[in-house]
Amino acid sequence: MKIAVAIKQVPLRDSPLRVNSAGTWIEEDTLSFEINEPDAYALEEALQLREKHGGEVIVISAGPARVAQTLREALAKGADRGIHVDVATDPAALDTLHVATLLAAALREEAPDLILTGLQSDDLGYGQTGVILAELLGLPSSTIIMQVDIEPGKVRVKRELEDGWFQHIEMPLPAVLTIQSGLNKLRYATLMGIKKAKTKEIKVVNASGGPQPSVAIERLYAPEKNKQGQIFEGDPKAAAAKLVEKLRFEARVL
Amino acid sequence: MSVLAIVEQRMAGEALAAAQQFGSPVSAYSIDLPYTADAYAAAAEELIRKVNPSLVVFGHTYQTRDYAPRVAARFGTVLISDVISGAPPVFTRQMFQGKFNADVRLAGAGPHFVSIQAGAWRAESTPGAVEHFTPTFSSSRQIAHPPFRESARAVDLGAAEIIVSVGRGIKEKENLPVVEALAQALGAELAASRPICDAGWLPMDRQVGSSGQTVSPKLYVAVGISGAIQHLVGMKGAKTVVAINKDPDAPIFEVAQYGIVGDLFEVVPALVEAIQKAK
Repeated sequence: MKIAVAIKQVPLRDSPLRVNSAGTWIEEDTLSFEINEPDAYALEEALQLREKHGGEVIVISAGPARVAQTLREALAKGADRGIHVDVATDPAALDTLHVATLLAAALREEAPDLILTGLQSDDLGYGQTGVILAELLGLPSSTIIMQVDIEPGKVRVKRELEDGWFQHIEMPLPAVLTIQSGLNKLRYATLMGIKKAKTKEIKVVNASGGPQPSVAIERLYAPEKNKQGQIFEGDPKAAAAKLVEKLRFEARVL
Repeated sequence: MSVLAIVEQRMAGEALAAAQQFGSPVSAYSIDLPYTADAYAAAAEELIRKVNPSLVVFGHTYQTRDYAPRVAARFGTVLISDVISGAPPVFTRQMFQGKFNADVRLAGAGPHFVSIQAGAWRAESTPGAVEHFTPTFSSSRQIAHPPFRESARAVDLGAAEIIVSVGRGIKEKENLPVVEALAQALGAELAASRPICDAGWLPMDRQVGSSGQTVSPKLYVAVGISGAIQHLVGMKGAKTVVAINKDPDAPIFEVAQYGIVGDLFEVVPALVEAIQKAK
């Protein structure tokens, strides 16, 4: 079966982030980037499904030139080929409908049996690209998936609900699933994988068109600081003693 | 601005309260169908075409996440999901996992779509009337089986008086004794944020957050937890929150009454010592 995995490149976890001078996005020049963590789980699930059922895994990402690096890393982990939807504009200017439209255009001719992506991105965090992609391709979708079982012509998934509840959903293939983090253990790229990835194909598709933006980030800013909180810094021993005193005599919880 | 609230049982009161704040007239409907994404997307589309609102409001539930983006796309627009404040035409939502807020402006012709974060709007004590909507025609490619829970939870964190909760900052499973010592010193239950349970370092039934347990202890000590919203919704009911984190900008400090900025591997042992001294 042919599985496509839509991945996003986001700033490296724990990067110090600063808002740009226009106040509309982050300063990207000094940042390093990596695969969005939920998308890494989607990729892992795709690789395991291929091991079980055969076929190929295609990774696709929309973004500027730097995205090629993250696609290459996915190939090193075992994906068969990549598609880079080259978007020259500021990624913040693209809303989720726009990104999904670009991905849909590139995936339509590939006609995958299954499309996976992470449940949300660590940057914008809209959690919608997979669902909109399904809508644009006319496919059924299910979100926050913890388990994927392929059966002839259909897929049965375990969908996460709130408060520790789950639900099984069945739907025909092709379908789009958004994958919850943690459903598998992530693999590392092997040396052999890294070597092989150098010769694997990354097709570059130039993004064109797309819908008019329907939402726009007007201002990005650090949230107002909590004013009631008492924060201690400096020597750990002194801070710990101060905290214990507060917990005993002010909050009276010890 | 006319507003349509599409509500389900979860967050119904909050969605109605938000809708009333966002404009008028307000109409509110629940969709009278067993849930599948396909069936609800079609029903919501029909309902919106019937009511013809300028703005559609949802609670940001797992169900909304499952189908509402699809509905918005049918109207050529994007759902502004998980907003924490604002009113048309500008809504505020968190980005970069709570490190920043973003003011997002609606553009283009309506209808516009917005889902509100749990806890961000207070439910009215007397919510307006909710009508039932049954679509004229319904079909779904999907079969939904009844919700279920995994085997009974071994740990009921909901009853715990004191909880020590550990996050990514602990770095490795081998470092867990550092926080276990703190839990022991405080007589606390040990809990964790999602990534720790995902990694299998602690069992799933010790997870606090939207997909885990909701807790309301008198003391909640968050160690190496940045405070993503998915975690915060699980522990907002705590009376006193203490945060220990090396990042002074971590969102967890926003909900903490007390905090220590520093390396948890230095701070936590110092805290254990200070607690023992105080006894």
